Amino acid sequence: MTKKLTITAEVEKLDEVLGFLDSFLEESNCDIKTQMQLDVALEEMFVNVAHYAYAPEKGDVCIEVENTTDPEGVIVTLTDSGIPYDPLAKEDPDVTLSAADRQIGGLGIFMVKKSMDEVFYERKDGKNIFRMRKNFIS
Amino acid sequence: MEINKTQDGSKLNISLVGRLDTTTAPELESSLKDDIANLTELIFDFSALEYISSAGLRVLLSSQKTMNKQGSMKITNVNETIRDIFDVTGFSDILTIE
Repeated sequence: MTKKLTITAEVEKLDEVLGFLDSFLEESNCDIKTQMQLDVALEEMFVNVAHYAYAPEKGDVCIEVENTTDPEGVIVTLTDSGIPYDPLAKEDPDVTLSAADRQIGGLGIFMVKKSMDEVFYERKDGKNIFRMRKNFIS
Repeated sequence: MEINKTQDGSKLNISLVGRLDTTTAPELESSLKDDIANLTELIFDFSALEYISSAGLRVLLSSQKTMNKQGSMKITNVNETIRDIFDVTGFSDILTIE
């Protein structure tokens, strides 16, 4: 099964984006914890595109979800035509620092890297393509 | 998201219902902005919080930074999935979770 949603990349569309993912996952064999990790990951990546890809203009992002077998799971791909931006190039925040020294920010992509089984970025044909794979717990 | 506040002098209890995400975190931030200066004790009740993303973590971190200077802050009734997010991000070491 593959489903695709093309939507304006703006924060106001977040509920619609997560609703799209959740309805896909509810038809899959996805446990609630994995679903929440995928929701968080898609929120971070979608909001990233909404904030940076086309600013100050608006543009579309295409979100594609597909099932995988062996291992059972999903692959979520976000594609936008905004400015080149590799979210994986960003250095991980130091999660051992005290509250006073911690920076506010940089946590989103870090959470995605930690919670997904695989993340992948490429710039191709003027598009940013970000892909993440998550295996279901069997 | 619903924000329910109970204030007793300089002690504020905030119970959150629903999702603390990119769209709702600003609501919490502005709601706190009104009160936080006069607090010595801030308690979050997460028993009805289902979801948190980095936007929510940012509000918790800035609240913790403020409260470290003027009193204490703690988070109660954290569910397992949100607990995992705190662990991964190192927030378990920064926040007081009961």
